[in-house]
Amino acid sequence: MQRYSLLSLARHALHDHRDWRRNFGGRPLKSAYDVVIVGGGGHGLATAYYLAKNHGINNVAVVEKSWLGGGNTARNTTMIRSDYLTKANAEYKEFALKLWENLSAELNFNVMFSQRGYIDLAHSDGQMENFTWRANTMRHRGIDAEILNVDQLARLLPEIDVSPATRYPIHGALYQSRGGTARHDAVAWGYARAAHDLGVDIFEHCGVDGFKIDGHRVTGVNTSQGHVSADTVVVSVAGHSSLLAAKAGIKLPLESFPVQAFISEPLKPVINTVINFNMGLAYINQTDKGELVMGGGLEPRNGYLPRGGFDRIEDVVSRIITIFPSLSRVRLMRTWAGIADIPMDGSPLLGESVVKNMLFNCGWGYAGFKATPAAGWTMAATVADGKPHPLAAPFSLSRFHDGYSHDEGGVGPTPSLH
Amino acid sequence: MLLIPCPWCGERHESEFTYGGDASPVAPVGEQEHKTSKWYAYVYERDNPAGLLHELWHHSFGCGRWIRLARDTRTNAFINDEESTP
Ligand SMILES: Cc1cc2nc3c(=O)[nH]c(=O)nc-3n(C[C@H](O)[C@H](O)[C@H](O)COP(=O)(O)OP(=O)(O)OC[C@H]3O[C@@H](n4cnc5c(N)ncnc54)[C@H](O)[C@@H]3O)c2cc1C
Ligand SMILES: [Zn+2]
Repeated sequence: MQRYSLLSLARHALHDHRDWRRNFGGRPLKSAYDVVIVGGGGHGLATAYYLAKNHGINNVAVVEKSWLGGGNTARNTTMIRSDYLTKANAEYKEFALKLWENLSAELNFNVMFSQRGYIDLAHSDGQMENFTWRANTMRHRGIDAEILNVDQLARLLPEIDVSPATRYPIHGALYQSRGGTARHDAVAWGYARAAHDLGVDIFEHCGVDGFKIDGHRVTGVNTSQGHVSADTVVVSVAGHSSLLAAKAGIKLPLESFPVQAFISEPLKPVINTVINFNMGLAYINQTDKGELVMGGGLEPRNGYLPRGGFDRIEDVVSRIITIFPSLSRVRLMRTWAGIADIPMDGSPLLGESVVKNMLFNCGWGYAGFKATPAAGWTMAATVADGKPHPLAAPFSLSRFHDGYSHDEGGVGPTPSLH
Repeated sequence: MLLIPCPWCGERHESEFTYGGDASPVAPVGEQEHKTSKWYAYVYERDNPAGLLHELWHHSFGCGRWIRLARDTRTNAFINDEESTP
């Protein structure tokens, strides 16, 4: 691999930066692989990387129907944290957070992981109590968490309006100082480059529209560039999971919803953490370019049209300016949407399905960017070991059959509420 | 932001409605045998189609009725068919 360093930068400067080699692609699609991964988002690419890196399995192809990372990976608001309540979710996200902390060095690619801290605002005594319970549970599991009172919050974040006159007065916050953001595209590119270097073949504009299934066992995939045999198939296509599952005769316990995000014009640094507003849902952080990235809940009905309505923008913005009145004149620049796969209990679906050798990594909804390194790690281990990685085991596709679920919000089997 | 064709009130703004989701799963009540798999399918499994979906909407801030509509989930176009509320 052409390593990136100050020295290599200087050396290439001598040749006007003309002889950097391409980082992935360029190898032909073979007729058979040990593992075919469907979906070249962060999760699929990370799975390929850890298969090669941790398990020495590099006869692997990643097939992506459009361009790398062009799905939810490049559409998300990049918030990373591990402040979950249920054991399985908290341990999984914390494992991911530890991997994030070393990811740029691991991949020799700057994913711009920035631990600027994550703030979950409480607007009532009830929320404060709930957050204290969550923080205590986290600390009990060895995950950092602090409860901030209003003064501590105001010192951390001078722009925020903590006065009692604001529409939903702030009572305090749950603070995870190790939380933060990362550069989404860089995550896809970094994993792709490192995986390619270890021998993984990566194909863009290579969509899958069916599988070859013998008995109850998958033996290959039909791609737009021809049939490819595979010992194992990993489906990692986020919002489109049900559509591919249907091609294999599988019904998944999830529904797909558009979810929107939008950004403002670039500003000088004004918001130095990631903030989650909890009277209704709104979240905000500032990119390194200076834009304010914002988002809220799902669009109000399921579907596959990646577009959002102005209602959601108005809803989110009106909440944000109650706590940041100084932003009320800032202009929005762009809005976009992705298709989020929301399971019945709001927690991911990982591992084997009823079709043998066909594994799924889905159900991450609008909260799976933070899990990217762990999703790759655990899916790779699940493929290599032929049994679920311990962190992924609780998220089996069959868990509802067995009568248990991981419902963080306690709202029941209605995807639109998660 | 959709305009939803309520059969009683005409086209109304989506914000007047509460989403009831996929209308196709039917509770296996009154079945003779106790079939866990049928209950499992009713509660958890969804087709989640890219295309025609029959779904329920509650016109909460309108006539207050539950209605059944057909929508193309790829375009959000409502389609009048015989399974929709007339
Ligand atoms: C607006 C929005 C905001 C979000 N905010 C956050 C956040 O702040 N923090 C967080 O942790 N998470 C967030 N998420 C969720 C996060 O983006 C996803 O959970 C995560 O990126 C999923 O990664 P992935 O690789 O599984 O999916 P994707 O990046 O979507 O990759 C799946 C890939 O599969 C491809 N594909 C689909 N069908 C086929 C086919 N038939 N054949 C071949 N390829 C196919 C797609 O083109 C796509 O590139 C957000 C999501 C959205 C939409
Ligand atoms: Zn009506």
